Amino acid sequence: MSSNKQGLSSIGRKVIMALTGFFLMFFLLQHLSINMMSVFSSDMFNEVSHFMGTNPVVQYALQPVLIFSVIFHFVWGMYLEYQNSQAREVKYAMYKGSANASWMSRNMIISGLAVLAFLALHFYDFWIPEINVKYIQGDMSGMLPGADHYRYHEELVHKFAGQPIRVALYVLSFVMLSLHLLHGFQSSFQSVGYNSTKYTPVIKKLGNAFAIAVPAGFVVVALVHFFSH
Amino acid sequence: MSTLDGKVPHGQPLKDTWTTYKDKVNLVNPANKRNIDIIVVGTGLAGGSAAATLAEQGYNVKAFCYQDSPRRAHSIAAQGGINAAKNYQGDGDSTYRLFYDTVKGGDYRSREANVHRLAEVSTNIIDQCVAQGVPFARDYGGLLDNRSFGGVLVSRTFYAKGQTGQQLLLGAYSAMNRQIARGKIQMFNRHEMLDLVIVDGKARGIIARNLITGEIERHSAHAVVLGTGGYGNVFFLSTNAMGSNTSAAWKAHRRGSYFANPCYTQIHPTCIPRSGDYQSKLTLMSESLRNDGRIWVPARIEDVEAVRNRKLKPTDIPVEHRDYYLERRYPAFGNLVPRDVASRAAKERCDAGFGVNATGEAVYLDFASAIVRYGKEQALLKGESDATDARIKELGKDIVKAKYGNLFDMYKQIADENPYETPMMIYPAVHYTMGGLWVDYNLMTTVEGCYAIGEANFSDHGANRLGASALMQGLADGYFVLPYTIGGYLSNDIRTGKISTETPEFEAAEKEVKERLEGLVNNKGTRSVDYYHKALGIIMWEKCGMSRNEKGLKEAIEEIGALREDFWKNVSVPGGAYELNPQLEKAGRVADFLELGELFAKDALDRNESCGGHFREESVEVGGPQDGEALRDDENYAYVSAWEYTGKPSDAVLHKEQLDFKDIKLTQRSYK
Amino acid sequence: MDNMNLTLKIWRQKGANDKGKMVDYNVADISEHMSFLEMMDVLNEQLVNTGEEPVAFDHDCREGICGSCSMFINGEAHGPVKGTTTCQLHMRSFNDGDTIYIEPFRAKAFPVLKDLVVDRSSFDRIQHSGGFISVNTSGNTQDANATPIPKHDADLAMDAAACIGCGACVATCKNSSAMLFVGAKVSQYALLPQGKVEAKDRAQNMVAQMDAEGFGNCTNTGACEVECPKGISLSNIARMNREFLSGSMG
Repeated sequence: MSSNKQGLSSIGRKVIMALTGFFLMFFLLQHLSINMMSVFSSDMFNEVSHFMGTNPVVQYALQPVLIFSVIFHFVWGMYLEYQNSQAREVKYAMYKGSANASWMSRNMIISGLAVLAFLALHFYDFWIPEINVKYIQGDMSGMLPGADHYRYHEELVHKFAGQPIRVALYVLSFVMLSLHLLHGFQSSFQSVGYNSTKYTPVIKKLGNAFAIAVPAGFVVVALVHFFSH
Repeated sequence: MSTLDGKVPHGQPLKDTWTTYKDKVNLVNPANKRNIDIIVVGTGLAGGSAAATLAEQGYNVKAFCYQDSPRRAHSIAAQGGINAAKNYQGDGDSTYRLFYDTVKGGDYRSREANVHRLAEVSTNIIDQCVAQGVPFARDYGGLLDNRSFGGVLVSRTFYAKGQTGQQLLLGAYSAMNRQIARGKIQMFNRHEMLDLVIVDGKARGIIARNLITGEIERHSAHAVVLGTGGYGNVFFLSTNAMGSNTSAAWKAHRRGSYFANPCYTQIHPTCIPRSGDYQSKLTLMSESLRNDGRIWVPARIEDVEAVRNRKLKPTDIPVEHRDYYLERRYPAFGNLVPRDVASRAAKERCDAGFGVNATGEAVYLDFASAIVRYGKEQALLKGESDATDARIKELGKDIVKAKYGNLFDMYKQIADENPYETPMMIYPAVHYTMGGLWVDYNLMTTVEGCYAIGEANFSDHGANRLGASALMQGLADGYFVLPYTIGGYLSNDIRTGKISTETPEFEAAEKEVKERLEGLVNNKGTRSVDYYHKALGIIMWEKCGMSRNEKGLKEAIEEIGALREDFWKNVSVPGGAYELNPQLEKAGRVADFLELGELFAKDALDRNESCGGHFREESVEVGGPQDGEALRDDENYAYVSAWEYTGKPSDAVLHKEQLDFKDIKLTQRSYK
Repeated sequence: MDNMNLTLKIWRQKGANDKGKMVDYNVADISEHMSFLEMMDVLNEQLVNTGEEPVAFDHDCREGICGSCSMFINGEAHGPVKGTTTCQLHMRSFNDGDTIYIEPFRAKAFPVLKDLVVDRSSFDRIQHSGGFISVNTSGNTQDANATPIPKHDADLAMDAAACIGCGACVATCKNSSAMLFVGAKVSQYALLPQGKVEAKDRAQNMVAQMDAEGFGNCTNTGACEVECPKGISLSNIARMNREFLSGSMG
């Protein structure tokens, strides 16, 4: 990714945003499929969760890549936003952004920061307790204390049942994620140099479907657990 | 009055002249080229290609343009194409035929040897441009496509959509960029040449103004090349760019370069008419429209009134009340008569009161019959024998759209009328100036070391330019002619060394320039620059336009002189001399146009014949089938008029270069 | 429609190092057939006649091809009509009583020189870094028809080459990115066999220069394509990304 005096070139930067974006989208899909299981079968959800939580490949290979992607995508995205704002020192008195570009494409930083805020909540809810149990308390069993089954489904339900504020925050966050993906999906393809008269329209449609269906899936899971308990 | 020598090498047949010249011309050794500086002013097709080629050969080039980038020179606006005698279509084209067409098209007022050379190098231009990545149109086999243009009998015009000038200019610009990157061209954007500096009788530099800071700069060189375009803006309204000007050429003229044939102006028949007094420029519509459009005005004056007041739609005027005046006057050629004939005929009708728009200066160009004709053909091809009138029109419009869609869109954008439904309105406009600085076969002006190329010189188009030949000439001069001829001159300069700018000549020229600029900004008069430019334009258009006569031309000389005097007394130029000041730039250019206009009228007065773009009412055929048509006078006027500056433009001294035609027999044009 | 009276809010700035501000002007009796620049001429004539300094703006051919005219009009590059340069924008796109904002194209890489005039020489410098095919003017390059070029490629190259270098893409981009401009040039040459030879180096060099000039990063909003008066396609940016990446890998 040829560099110049200022480090990575502008195209290199956008390609890395796209590649980390691709990985994160893949991760979302995987995360959603596991979450979906919680709606249909608590056993299956528990089994898979335990596998994901203890498998060394997932934990020591995929997880670091994920963490790297998340951090990189956010930090780099914010840095680019800063840099881009520097590219116009005097702002326009009148700027009609809506005349030529979608709200989503112009406000990736807003939707992105909203998702970042959500991640903080999400880590607080799940990831930190998980790390605490597994690596600080050293309990790798995944069992619910005082019971003969895994703890994952219980924990999940516990977070949503009777928690309207948290559920509302989750729903809102996924709306923002959806907006982020509405631009991000197709944009990633353009960034890595893929644009064809034949398939780009297909990618755009696919991207819209992904951007709506995936966040909607997460919302459904949260709502199901909220209403059914 | 003296006779000028065009320095055409003698002793061999015309077709071998250029080859022999190239074989024998003195060359400059590469090591010496590094010690020679050349100034190129103007970066259009001629200047840009010359700067790139000279730099590539090893000279140190300083290139100047008034625009913010060389890519914006007005060559960029040429639409149609570029001629070359490639004979890719196998339709019998050849170097000789291109040469012959160009001389005949120029109404036998160009220098034969120059035109032959132009035809010879035309093929190299296409090779060169393709190698540079110019995306010419291609056919499905991947080979270059051609179209026919300007009523010649072969298809020799290469094109890149309707943007051929743009693509060729960007090609020359890219060649320049390569040399700028190598440090061989030093580029001065937003710089305007304000004087030519002559040391010991040779052009050795220029005084230029940095248009951003207003600073006056001295630049020296061993030779100065002017590729500064034509002077069509002397008419105020023309198809030239707003900034196109004659100042560089005029400065060279004032310093001793003769100005040749200033009265040869091409007035293009198909431009979008003026809509009001605020109009700043005119837009050309490609000549190709006349292939399918029929030109007419109402035959009855009451219908004219009604369409002007929008009480009557042109489409509601029945055919028997229309005057298809070109078809009426020129049954053989009809709507396809040459540019000058079509232009004069439109003016004749409008002067008689039949102009169809609010300003009274417009005629109709109607595609209704072409739409029906194409529609019927399509209906047959598609097997729709019972197609309704509406269906036929629909089919026909598709064909017209495929052929002229972009032009129709452009018309709609400017005129706000749909040309598929209602006839276009068109009117002639000044488009190109064949006259310019007199140059010899080497493209050198009468000032040693000062060269003029492209539209800035006079040499190749005679009294009238054929379509798609301007681009050819600009690039021929810049890529393939000047780089050879200038070597012969510079080979004597290898021991000269760097030219100093700290000499009395530079000092005096700079002082003069500064005084003039300061005079303009300190004048604090009452009238804007545009007031004078518009007033000059009206005189030029009325008295030196499509049709000229002795009385009008004499009046024009007087009126322009008086206007110039008033300008220097009463012009108002806001802002300072040493800052970015567009009004001041314009003032300087208009001041020069006010001199050129007078010389223009004088030249037109002197030439009491009608040839090409120059029509004298006194010189017409009388009686016979050609009654009233232009009459050339080869006996008395087969010469180039080269004017020497002596102070007042109308006191300029005439020098003649006799034109003799060895390879071509002179004939009178007939389109009846 | 009758003639219009308008309020203009125009950026006035004495020189490159001065502070500028928006200033209000009124123009009366503007015909709908005027081009936007002719309306500016009317204003300037008015200013000259009252002894004020006219508004400086870039313009030249006034037929939509030279790329000189710029102006950010009512929040859009070249004003509200798509596929149009300012010189081809006509006053019929406005209404009597309108207030029109007129600002220079803004980007760090396009510093204002005076009023509405900006310095776009950064575009030239990008071209110097690789916007050419390295061929000498010899008069004996191979015959123009020696290498057939598929019509499809030639047409795509022509579409990319139609760029007029006006800078509307940069002006309109929320990031002031020049990717459409650079992408168009890289694409034109990459699509032609003559230009393929240097295609990878060209992309590397031109992108490096683009970055050095201080243009922003592309975030694929697509605003450039919409505002481009010549309709240059975003696919040119994707093609440049490809050329760049394959140059980086190899």
